[in-house]
Amino acid sequence: MTADKIATRDAYGEVLVELGEQHEEIVVLDADLSKSTRTIKFAKRFPDRFFNMGIAEQNMIDTACGLAVSGKTVFASSFAIFASGRAWEQVRNSICYSRYNVKVVATHAGISVGEDGVSHQACEDVAIMRAIPNMRVFVPADAVETKAIIRTIAQDQKPAYVRLGRAKVPVIYDDTYVFHAGKASQLREGTEVALIAMGATVVLALEAAARLAEEQISVRVINMSSVKPIDRDAILAASNETRAIVTIEEHNVIGGLGSAVAEVLVTFPHRMPMRMIGLQDTFAQSGSYTELFERYGLSVPNVIRVIKEIL
Amino acid sequence: MKQFKLQNSVAELKEIAKQMRVAILKMLHRAGSGHSGGSLSCVELISGLYFSELRHDPRNPSWEDRDRFIISKGHGCPTVYAALAFAGYFPLAELDTLRKLGSILQGHPYSRATTGIEVSTGSLGHGLAMANGIALAARLNKRNHHVFCLLGDGEIQEGEVWEATMAAAHYRLDRVCAILDHNGLQIDGPNDEVMKVMPVVEKWQAFGWHTIQIDGHNFDQILAAYRAARKVVGKPTMIVAETVKGKGVSFMENVVDFHGVAPTEEQLVRALREIESSQP
Repeated sequence: MTADKIATRDAYGEVLVELGEQHEEIVVLDADLSKSTRTIKFAKRFPDRFFNMGIAEQNMIDTACGLAVSGKTVFASSFAIFASGRAWEQVRNSICYSRYNVKVVATHAGISVGEDGVSHQACEDVAIMRAIPNMRVFVPADAVETKAIIRTIAQDQKPAYVRLGRAKVPVIYDDTYVFHAGKASQLREGTEVALIAMGATVVLALEAAARLAEEQISVRVINMSSVKPIDRDAILAASNETRAIVTIEEHNVIGGLGSAVAEVLVTFPHRMPMRMIGLQDTFAQSGSYTELFERYGLSVPNVIRVIKEIL
Repeated sequence: MKQFKLQNSVAELKEIAKQMRVAILKMLHRAGSGHSGGSLSCVELISGLYFSELRHDPRNPSWEDRDRFIISKGHGCPTVYAALAFAGYFPLAELDTLRKLGSILQGHPYSRATTGIEVSTGSLGHGLAMANGIALAARLNKRNHHVFCLLGDGEIQEGEVWEATMAAAHYRLDRVCAILDHNGLQIDGPNDEVMKVMPVVEKWQAFGWHTIQIDGHNFDQILAAYRAARKVVGKPTMIVAETVKGKGVSFMENVVDFHGVAPTEEQLVRALREIESSQP
């Protein structure tokens, strides 16, 4: 981990321009949030291939489908609450049912949006996106992984949902990082507990694991950025090689990463203690990113507490 | 039934429309469910496209320069399925499989299943935005094809229709021609009792569209409107077509209850007798 902090949305804005240079067929749509989602960088570089659809997310998604059936690779962006929620039925019925080449890249996900409050905090998006057949859900942990994921999905012809954040987050990976859909990234070896995280909570997991190491508690840290397709092998290995699994997500524990891991875990023959850290089926509130993380249990002390409880 | 050529006179179109009505009623009856009223109201509008106006090639369904047709009121798909089969996109026998397990003809249009279906629809309000996307792509690809999109009049209660209406005007999508199947009825009753949609022409004019009003069962007016829409520059066109729900079958015409049901055996016999004895 370096000292650099970069918002995943900033990495998205940069990589879109890079890809736009290489691929004529890439077009980008936004719904009046291009300055915030950072698609404005692409808009300025390739004005003919950028379409601002106004504050109309449903229209944006279906327009994206029209472009996709005509051979375009379409990136459609807005805040996660609107891209996943306001336009859910368009995502289901138009993008996913017909497997159109549309990538919904949603920023400002989770409670790290902060002060804007609940109306703008998507904590259900992973659940409602991954429930749709043909949809893939990726949640990068840092700027490097964001670029790796965007480059990967720009090459395939399939739907995807990518969950990005507003806040700056530490850079975990270096440029040698390779992303594979369906593959988790194990960041720390450990034998007692497996901490499985996604997005901004990966850093928390690493910090908690480092502190617990000082107490001779060995914690494995897995970045499950590919929430769907999920890495069954990584979960199987964790269940064979550690004594408990704890998931951490900036999302409601209903339907999110914890649920996705549990859905795999219950198919294994042996029993395994598991806990889910995340929003416990509650709305959050306004506040700073750090205050909110602390208040809703996304903190190193809380992760340590849960791990000690389960062991 | 036979396959029809793609260019036809008005007299020939009337005969095609008659045979399409027969095919629609038969397939709905065999399916045992489906939307009779709204399939019959758009027979002339759709046959006028596939058998006169559209540039398309059933032997090359993915021809890049083809005109596109989107049925945004997806429940009217039996009419499109009949047109596609009549034009030779797939065998006529497939019409017998409508809504059956494993069929290429899903209850609402599914582009991955049916050759000739451009995009999947069925949930109301989606089609016009997809038509806009196709038109934007055509502009980027420097193609000249047009996109026709049929909307239901109940459908325009969906907010997304107006988002797309705004966007088509904003982007000056003059290759987009929307058609409103204005039969005045929806599942729960007359449009304006359920949720007032009138005045429709003025609404699209206010959004900056070119508008044309026609009798949606009159081929002379339908074809003239399609040709006129192609010539409009700088703005999209809305053809408001006055139609009759259940058109062609006396006991179905303007009857709300035939919105979402298929004819029984007895109704089918009566309906076919009526259609076959009618003068085109």
